[in-house]
Amino acid sequence: MPLRNDFDQLVDVKGGFISREIFVDADIYRQELDKVFTRAWLLVGHESLVPNPGDFYTSRMGEESVILCRDKKGEIHVFLNSCRHRGMKVCRYEQGNTSLFTCPYHSWTYTTDGKLQGVPLHRTLYDGVLDREANSLVSVAKLCNYKGSIWATWDKDAPDFITYLGDAKIHLDQALDCRDGREGGSEVIGVHKWVFPANWKFAAENFLGDTYHNPSHRSVDLIGIGPSAAAGKKGRRDDELEKAQHVWISFPEGHGVHSAIQPEANEYIESFLDNPILEKYFRHCFEERKRRLGEGARLLPFVGTIFPNTSYHGRQPRGLCAWHPHSPTSTEGWRFFLVDKDAPKEAKEYLRRYYMRYSGPAGMTEQDDMENWLYATAASTGTVARRYPFNYQQSMGAYVTDHPLGGDVSTQVTEQIARGFYRRWTTYMQGGDWHELLGSPAGSRQAAE
Amino acid sequence: MTTTVQDQDKQQHAGNAAIERAATYYRLKADVEDFYYHEADLLDDRRFRDWLELLTDDIGYFMPIRRNVKFGQQAARENTKRGEGISWFDEDKWTLTKRVEQILTGVHYAEEPLSRITHMVSNVQIKGARPDIEAARELDVTSRFLVYQNRVEYETYIFVGRRNDTLRLTDDGWKIARREILLEQNILLAKNLTTFF
Ligand code: FES
Ligand SMILES: [Fe+2]
Repeated sequence: MPLRNDFDQLVDVKGGFISREIFVDADIYRQELDKVFTRAWLLVGHESLVPNPGDFYTSRMGEESVILCRDKKGEIHVFLNSCRHRGMKVCRYEQGNTSLFTCPYHSWTYTTDGKLQGVPLHRTLYDGVLDREANSLVSVAKLCNYKGSIWATWDKDAPDFITYLGDAKIHLDQALDCRDGREGGSEVIGVHKWVFPANWKFAAENFLGDTYHNPSHRSVDLIGIGPSAAAGKKGRRDDELEKAQHVWISFPEGHGVHSAIQPEANEYIESFLDNPILEKYFRHCFEERKRRLGEGARLLPFVGTIFPNTSYHGRQPRGLCAWHPHSPTSTEGWRFFLVDKDAPKEAKEYLRRYYMRYSGPAGMTEQDDMENWLYATAASTGTVARRYPFNYQQSMGAYVTDHPLGGDVSTQVTEQIARGFYRRWTTYMQGGDWHELLGSPAGSRQAAE
Repeated sequence: MTTTVQDQDKQQHAGNAAIERAATYYRLKADVEDFYYHEADLLDDRRFRDWLELLTDDIGYFMPIRRNVKFGQQAARENTKRGEGISWFDEDKWTLTKRVEQILTGVHYAEEPLSRITHMVSNVQIKGARPDIEAARELDVTSRFLVYQNRVEYETYIFVGRRNDTLRLTDDGWKIARREILLEQNILLAKNLTTFF
């Protein structure tokens, strides 16, 4: 049995074996909360959830509740949702508008920029002692509004978000940019939140280009729930990538994506046989995007995970997921569903219905994912089971390192992305510095291969 | 789509003057209860195609997401709305039929092997009748449900909540024309919602 704290032994990237301990062990989980979740950039929400001054949305970072809030001046903040006095959760509403957060316990109040304002009986009880400034709500160290999506980190030494993204940026962009190629412009039309009994890494890894699990979605492919299903098309999506060269990319920061490159001709592929209005709209978006991005329009996103726990679906059903750790064997899934803010009504109506039937605990596709994650976690907790590592040997060495998209690029289904993810996870767990966490120097990368 | 939703909502609130609780009411209520017990049998006996037959072709089947809101904002903001944004379910007959077809493939692993499910229905009250209680062709009915699900070996979920239905009398008897399911949870405490409510 591998030594509990010897992460190099637990994660054998070279041999392609990863210990089950990292998916079930309580000590390793506690260490993750500290070493991964207080350092990495985490998805908190989206600016469209807090459009006006005083708007707030309660979110999570790791296991902890945070408040995403737009102050009176319009600036966005993220605070730990815990009073500085005795820790009471100062905001137990999901969303709203306020000028003050009033703690229910002893009524300290905080302004929307996090400052401690009201302290009952201040003059009698605290005069000359209590420093209000030093008792503001605890703020994240860094925050980034990236094309409307809000990210934060507790580590003041973390690199800026764009540096953190590295070459994964262009892929995340495809999820955040307008369908017609304009930058940004998305809005959240709803959020799913649910708890499932699996380690958070199962979900993160699922979106790291684990295209190999496709057979588990056979039922939904057999019946057909895509945008041309009523016209008799089987499958769960559209056919837009049918001629594309799929690419699976592992990035040194631990991110991984499955994207696709359309053929040079890059022609629109009819996808909305069930609705001529949508067909026209999406064709228009396709042509506009091609006009705006030229060659760049050939790159289309599929899925990806930004290290550690943010995943996206870049086309349909488009959205951002945060896999919040709850316990070694339990995760709270949040999915922010995205549309173009200025998409026509018919498109939004179609998309929201498609998202609901595809995604999350009530979604016909993802229900089967949850089944996999639960029983894979449950069957890995046993004393004997833990002695046998998971096999990660798929497509060993089948990638190039000189592709213009950067990273390790594979043109076949590969666990190279998962290997890269856990290699970086190991660096975090070993307390690596930011130089190492970003995957440099190249020397260390060679050694790990 | 949206107009249908609003029309149906309006309709549901029309003609809802308090119904006199007399013999006609109780006879009708007994019919409705029988209908619900039959419906529960079909679902729990996994006769899903037969269950679909109990739904009108224009059914709206809706389960909002329930949110934690400030006092006084419940009516406006507690539940996600039918016809907009994201809910747990905002379905028509086509998607409900797809869900049934999916279970019947035998490879929908979230329901393969099938869960053991029991639907309990109680607190049935008729809140509206159109055109009137004597010659009712459409009823607004509220009820409570308790759905017990046991899956594979140890997985167990208990779903409790309210249902607001509109039932319509057809040549084949009562059918469900509209169902709103209020599950008493905020963050869903189940990995999946593979059952019908
Ligand atoms: S815990 Fe908040 S005021 Fe005491
Ligand atoms: Fe999947």
